[in-house]
Amino acid sequence: MANLASTFIGIKSPNPFWLASAPPTDKAYNVERAFEAGWGGVVWKTLGLDGPPVVNVSGPRYGAIWGADRRLLGLNNIELITDRPLQVNLDEIKAVKRKWRDRALVISLMVPCDEESWKGILARIEDTEADGVELNFGCPHGMAERGMGSAVGQVPEYIEMVTRWVKQHSRMPCIVKLTPNISDIRKPAEAAKRGGADAVSLINTINSITSVNLDDFAPEPMIDGKGTHGGYCGPAVKPIALNMVAEIARHPATRGLPISGIGGVSTWRDAAEFMALGAGNVQVCTAVMTYGFKIVSEMISGLSDYMDRKGFASVDDLVGRAVPNVTDWQFLNLNYVTKAQIDQTSCIKCGRCHIACEDTSHQAIAVSPERVFTVKDEDCVACNLCVDVCPVENCITMVPLAKGSVDPRTGRRVGDYGNWTTHPNNPSVAAE
Amino acid sequence: MSNTSLTPGVVPGRLAAEAYARNFADAAPRLGRHEAMVAADRCYFCFDAPCTTACPTSIDIPLFIRQIATGTPDAAAKTIFAQNIMGGMCARVCPTETLCEEACVREAAEGKPVEIGRLQRYATDGLMAQAGHPFTRAAATGKSVAVVGAGPAGLACAHRLAMKGHAVQVYDARPKPGGLNEYGLATYKTADDFAQAEVDWLLRIGGITLHQGVSLGREVALADLRASHDAVFLGVGLAGVNGLRVPGEDLKNVRNAVDFIAELRQAGDYSSLPVGRDVVVIGGGMTAVDAAVQARLLGAETVTIVYRRGQEKMSASGYEQNHATSSGVRIICNAAPVALHGTGAVTEVEFAHTVDEPGGLRLTDQTFRLAADQVFKAIGQSLVGAPEGLALQAGKIVVDAAGRTTLPGIWAGGDCATGGEDLTVTAVAQGRDAAEDIHASIS
Ligand SMILES: Cc1cc2nc3c(=O)[nH]c(=O)nc-3n(C[C@H](O)[C@H](O)[C@H](O)COP(=O)(O)OP(=O)(O)OC[C@H]3O[C@@H](n4cnc5c(N)ncnc54)[C@H](O)[C@@H]3O)c2cc1C
Ligand SMILES: Cc1cc2nc3c(=O)[nH]c(=O)nc-3n(C[C@H](O)[C@H](O)[C@H](O)COP(=O)(O)O)c2cc1C
Ligand code: SF4
Ligand code: SF4
Ligand code: SF4
Repeated sequence: MANLASTFIGIKSPNPFWLASAPPTDKAYNVERAFEAGWGGVVWKTLGLDGPPVVNVSGPRYGAIWGADRRLLGLNNIELITDRPLQVNLDEIKAVKRKWRDRALVISLMVPCDEESWKGILARIEDTEADGVELNFGCPHGMAERGMGSAVGQVPEYIEMVTRWVKQHSRMPCIVKLTPNISDIRKPAEAAKRGGADAVSLINTINSITSVNLDDFAPEPMIDGKGTHGGYCGPAVKPIALNMVAEIARHPATRGLPISGIGGVSTWRDAAEFMALGAGNVQVCTAVMTYGFKIVSEMISGLSDYMDRKGFASVDDLVGRAVPNVTDWQFLNLNYVTKAQIDQTSCIKCGRCHIACEDTSHQAIAVSPERVFTVKDEDCVACNLCVDVCPVENCITMVPLAKGSVDPRTGRRVGDYGNWTTHPNNPSVAAE
Repeated sequence: MSNTSLTPGVVPGRLAAEAYARNFADAAPRLGRHEAMVAADRCYFCFDAPCTTACPTSIDIPLFIRQIATGTPDAAAKTIFAQNIMGGMCARVCPTETLCEEACVREAAEGKPVEIGRLQRYATDGLMAQAGHPFTRAAATGKSVAVVGAGPAGLACAHRLAMKGHAVQVYDARPKPGGLNEYGLATYKTADDFAQAEVDWLLRIGGITLHQGVSLGREVALADLRASHDAVFLGVGLAGVNGLRVPGEDLKNVRNAVDFIAELRQAGDYSSLPVGRDVVVIGGGMTAVDAAVQARLLGAETVTIVYRRGQEKMSASGYEQNHATSSGVRIICNAAPVALHGTGAVTEVEFAHTVDEPGGLRLTDQTFRLAADQVFKAIGQSLVGAPEGLALQAGKIVVDAAGRTTLPGIWAGGDCATGGEDLTVTAVAQGRDAAEDIHASIS
């Protein structure tokens, strides 16, 4: 059993698996059940100003996308921040933290965009003994229309300003939670860093409509005949989140800024991928909303097995390990040539590779009258489409051509590393 | 090949060599990776999973299946072994159709449960093929425990005790360890000498010493064991066989099914095993099915199982019954033997049709005869040689939920003890639980 202990911006937890600020962390009852199940930490459901709590819809809050066997692939929600009174939350947070000293407990906050509001809420949470705060600049619905959540998160100047207030009025470590509903994720991350944030966490949910009711002609979830866009999350958003994490991890202006990775984490492997791309820990929401808190057992055993296999002494050995290998397209080796190769012993002759290549790619897979499918090296551009559509894992593999050998498609020898920046076809190279 | 399926009498070599190899090969080989992933994908990760509740060893099935699905089958195997150290054998022999898979919510929903048993084998085979052992012994406690019987109950008990740091001496009457894992279960469920491989793997925990060929009541007495150990566990199974108590039972070629099966399990060369042309098996349980099916696999021309009550009362599951009939075995119900006929060797069995009435089973005077040159008796096993002083109930050693017998310092579990069905997995559960209780009381 590998050592999974994690220290994230000074906050210790027995493992790097936290629950994201959301319904699973809305009250002591849930949070204690999560800790009992083994979760390393939680970010408490976002707290707002004192006063009359926000009001949620009393119709359906969620839309969903399923796989064929009704596996939940994506969830969309129109829930707001906590709808319970502030003091109730604060009392529970304090009691839970007292009881669970070894677990991380961070408070998520969202108040209007003025210094007094932030100063006020920070004073209120002071004596909960929570480990830190997370600023929710991400919620894309309901709160944004009131000038909070992603309305702040989409304006880097606001992020910087609010972060600065928070650092000024509180000694707590501060995580800024970013919205993905923006064209360049590096800008808000830079702003958070300028404002003094100890870390960023991402992603919050993505603006979305999951489906449309074709009888009532309204988006789902439908509330009395109407629907609205909601925040998308779950396995479907992971690729988007991974890219955003990587962008921040490798961007010179934000490199080294701790990241808490969120978005579609459902298994140990998802978590390990986020961490390899630079996340110091991960936060989970949809997966526990789908399966319950118990999935953390699989995440713990899986990450531990993986680390043992790799000989990693601590999670820090994994964090950021893939970042140096994330590069821009222009730096990819254009002299690296591979060819698809079909393993005839595992091929079940479905023909999907052929039709994909024939209809939509490079006509590089031949079919014999006996239904034997073979790759024509002289036509294969190594796009990988056949690999992706083949139902048999590892049946088609991409085999690199040895350096010095001739690519039958181009007639050229496979040479040393060479990228677009020096390629003869690049107009800017020719200009020099 | 001098003999065929039609050769009269009880003779060896009825089949060609390839036919034996085919017939006794692994019946349900390990799933491939892709098959396992597809099977695992069907699991819903149920809350308070009914499959786990239905497993006598309470394996956390949703967790281990999720571990397979997330590409960590070794972690899945550890989840299994933590509850059931014979998870490998149980994956092969559990009647899952009456246990976990019957309880699976997808059985209720679609009549097609998650393939829990085969997934369990996928995970456990993978880990067992590797060097090492998933558990380590606690520091030696200086305590010693005697375990009588090296079947699943005894070995599960020994393993758990060894893990807790106790020194375990296992005494078993047979030449090889494993109990019915080695001498009973169907050959095609336990191919490639899996039973011995599993015992060897289990012993890697350390701290367990096997003494084969040592019989309680012959080479060693209970009083000695009590005197020389801190606790005693009895897992002696059911060594006796129930008789038919009808005329002709002593005729030649009338045998106990369990002896036939044990011989099969120990045979290196199946073509040397004699089997009848017309075989009759009397009984309605797993032993009857295994004897009948394997008689067919050895080349018997006709094999008939005759059971005295209705089909729904057979203790062999529907799945097992189908397995028998699809192997060419005929099942006749509601008929009981009244006499075996023949001069010297058996040639016919005479049955009376029966009526199952509230007052009991009644034989009618309608009878029929089946030609038989070999008859297997499979109407149940019984406890023999239970040490004196132990309370018995319905022929079994009385134990409480923790496996305690009525004598202090003596625990029992498995087939020889009360509670649960007579299954490998039940024996493992009882052995394990008794070990926990022994540990708690001697520590
Ligand atoms: C033909 C057959 C097929 C079966 N098929 C299945 C199946 O497919 N699935 C399933 O779950 N169950 C099956 N069972 C039942 C299963 O094998 C038993 O429930 C299980 O083996 C019981 O385990 P145990 O440890 O209690 O006893 P056993 O496995 O019987 O082991 C008892 C051990 O004690 C030893 N012993 C006995 N007396 C003494 C003594 N006086 N001194 C020292 N040692 C002694 C024996 O040598 C033996 O090794 C089958 C049983 C039979 C007979
Ligand atoms: C119902 C629901 C409510 C949420 N509420 C909040 C919230 O109050 N504050 C917040 O910062 N994020 C909130 N989120 C976003 C999650 O914390 C998380 O960032 C997002 O769901 C992506 O992670 P996932 O793919 O693991 O679900 C909510 C998500 C859901 C599904
Ligand atoms: S999950 Fe619970 S609260 Fe939500 S709709 Fe179903 S029963 Fe109601
Ligand atoms: S898609 Fe895969 S399995 Fe199907 S024909 Fe092509 S190589 Fe064979
Ligand atoms: S009952 Fe079936 S679907 Fe549910 S956890 Fe068990 S195996 Fe999976």
